[in-house]
Amino acid sequence: MKLFKNILDSVKPHFEAGGKLEKYYPVYDGFATFLFTPGHTAHSGAHVRDAIDLKRTMVTVIFAMIPALLFGMWNAGNLHYSALGLAESMTFMDKFLWGAIKVVPMLIVSYGVGLGVEFIFCIIKGHQIQEGFLVSGMLIPLIMPIDLPLWMLAISVIFAVVIGKEVFGGTGMNILNPALTARAFAFFAYPTYMSGDKVWINTSTDAGQSVVDGFSGATVLGDYATGGEVQYSTMDMFLGFIPGSIGETSTLMVLVGAAILLYTGIGSWKIMFSGVIGALAMGLIFNTFAEYAISPEQQAFMAVPAWQQLIMGGFAFGIVFMATDPVSAAQTERGKWIYGFLVGFFAIAIRVFNPAYPEGIMLAILFMNVMAPLIDHYVVQANINKRKKRLATVKAA
Amino acid sequence: MSEVIKIKKGVDIKLQGEAEKIYASADTPSTYALKPSDFPGIRMKLKVKEGDEVLAGDPIFFNKNRESVTFGAPVSGEIAEVVRGEKRRILEVRILADKEIRYRDYGAADPTSLSRDEVKGKILEAGMWPLIKQRPYNIIANPDRVPRDIWVSCFDSAPLAADADFVVHGQEEEFQTGIKALMQLTDGKVHLGLDGKTNPSEAFKVNGTVMHRFNGPHPAGNPGVQIHAVAPINKGETVWTVGMQEVIMLGRLFKSGKFDAQRSVVLAGAQVNKPRYHKVIVGANVKTLLEGNVADAKNRYISGNVLTGTQISSEGYLSYYDNQLTVIPEGGEDAFFGWLAPNLNRFSISRALFNWMMPNKRLNLDANMNGEERAFVVTGEYEKVFPFEIYPVQLLKSIMVKDIEAMENLGIYEVAEEDMALCEVVCTSKIPVQDTLREGLDLMLNELGD
Repeated sequence: MKLFKNILDSVKPHFEAGGKLEKYYPVYDGFATFLFTPGHTAHSGAHVRDAIDLKRTMVTVIFAMIPALLFGMWNAGNLHYSALGLAESMTFMDKFLWGAIKVVPMLIVSYGVGLGVEFIFCIIKGHQIQEGFLVSGMLIPLIMPIDLPLWMLAISVIFAVVIGKEVFGGTGMNILNPALTARAFAFFAYPTYMSGDKVWINTSTDAGQSVVDGFSGATVLGDYATGGEVQYSTMDMFLGFIPGSIGETSTLMVLVGAAILLYTGIGSWKIMFSGVIGALAMGLIFNTFAEYAISPEQQAFMAVPAWQQLIMGGFAFGIVFMATDPVSAAQTERGKWIYGFLVGFFAIAIRVFNPAYPEGIMLAILFMNVMAPLIDHYVVQANINKRKKRLATVKAA
Repeated sequence: MSEVIKIKKGVDIKLQGEAEKIYASADTPSTYALKPSDFPGIRMKLKVKEGDEVLAGDPIFFNKNRESVTFGAPVSGEIAEVVRGEKRRILEVRILADKEIRYRDYGAADPTSLSRDEVKGKILEAGMWPLIKQRPYNIIANPDRVPRDIWVSCFDSAPLAADADFVVHGQEEEFQTGIKALMQLTDGKVHLGLDGKTNPSEAFKVNGTVMHRFNGPHPAGNPGVQIHAVAPINKGETVWTVGMQEVIMLGRLFKSGKFDAQRSVVLAGAQVNKPRYHKVIVGANVKTLLEGNVADAKNRYISGNVLTGTQISSEGYLSYYDNQLTVIPEGGEDAFFGWLAPNLNRFSISRALFNWMMPNKRLNLDANMNGEERAFVVTGEYEKVFPFEIYPVQLLKSIMVKDIEAMENLGIYEVAEEDMALCEVVCTSKIPVQDTLREGLDLMLNELGD
């Protein structure tokens, strides 16, 4: 640690005002503060400060995503070998490593490209590097299909960071969740790589291998949307042995992450709880009116027990890790109830009613991101009106 | 009286170095200073020059925009130095005190037999008006107004604060006389905010006042919190706030005719060897109080408490309203992967660190920021420590964009820096909350006047 300190101190003069690399000070600062929380002390206001900072907050969210990430790696390998009929003969490690070889490059590309763009913006604007992308960089690969080409991932990341975040002023200023912006971009720009029943399981074969007969790579939601037969049990869905985006499949692993976020208080329990209530409400409405459906496929989907909707697709992952993004969610405590409820409500509505987008949670969250300032506006306005009313009663008396 | 109002939001930061309830004897400080920076929103004009002799209670400077408000000398002696900063702004007026303090006699009187104008005139004449503050803006009260109510909080809930019952002991009569004087100044009531956790001293039971008891974590002892819980301040209303020890000083004026500016100051904090109470005069130099009683280390000396106090040097002067002198370690070392470390000996209300496992441990906190300033990201954390029906982040944002109408709508009239100090402490993004609020209050004051 003394070594790092010495290295930082020795290169520091180059980055300071007048140094050769003065322009790149934000990059130096980013690395230096990553290694050492700077020891500067309070010079105005309160003399003691909470030990929490944005780095700590972000890293806690990353920890919460790790179970889903690790499971996603194993699951990708497991599905691959299942498609080839080799699931029985391969060991746990074989499957995990196969997945890791696919997923780790995606992580590297996501972080590399995303942080690169952030650095460029910070250098241009002379800002400090803020930590927001640490979470987005991990989220983006987790919500992509395993076979997405790396260059598409890179372009999606660039789009998300530039259009989703930096044009608004960077971390803390964005309207949409950057990770979902990346996914929405990829979804609409490269639909053949982002939807359908071919993209969720890698079926590339080596010499002597072949895909088993009768194999289907459709997701559970895809099956429902097209009226196909669902080939996975409820337990499979809950544990996550199903096709889907890398990190979203296992409700169990998402729940582990949710436990971390809720326990530390970093994820809003109000959003998660009301989101689940909203989804259940929509699910129950569908159950009630299933008989009026316009097609048999739709009827089958509407009749799915409301609670089962919670463990299908990306609902759990979205409501836990992305609806709770404090920047793009509602910011008032009362607003969070409304925001969460509507995210859950619309996620199920879009999923069932629109077969073109079997994954409703992405669009539901993005839509509610846009609506969140409106919700906050009315919540704050209610507070203002209360104050004005109080003034009016005092004046009248 | 018996009904206790619960303040639910807030947090008590438990620090090491709580003072024992004993008065310590230290050498009497020889120099005293008045600092214009203790009085925001006021332009000062000097009435004395270096070398002048003054008696305690003689005016040192006055408010340029309201000449009736003068600032009396806390001690008698010679004006030793006028310390000026940029643009010749006055930083300190230092007085070399006489051994035996001589007082200007303003005449003793029973406040209940005086009219409102006579009470007011006496306080103004003795240079003691700055002891009375007002909401909105948390500035010295405008003597031309009649306040809706006057509020006296009779306990301090801040970390390591002085114990009100201990301080008032022996000065019960002065306190009650002071309250009677204040009762002449309002058409409303004088409200007393009492500690609901203990059985408050008999001294605080003054006939004619309205007493409220409050129970809860800091900032339950702040007058702003108490006023909000009982009768919030509306646009156009003024409530005056007076500190408990300031009431005692006003009481002395009416009992003896003198500006006797002595107060009890608690010397506390982890770096203090023997944390005790001291009887000193407003604006005292702290050198003699600290001598031989603080750890030999890089210390931070704070006039006031760790939340709202002012950093001073080890030879600096107490600020006008402060009853507390706190000494904590300065800190300032870089922390290797500080954002990943367990940070067990630091304070946090977040469970992302592990401090919540020992809620009763007394901490030895230094002045480290523990992170860098960022944009607002985390939501809902201010709300945990801000016991007002006000949206704190939205209020701060309205100040940042200088939207006066929004500030007004969002309730800026009710809050003072001290009420939002805990928001600043817990802020993940290290936003300078108190300075920002002060900017907003100053802006409103400039636009609308007091």
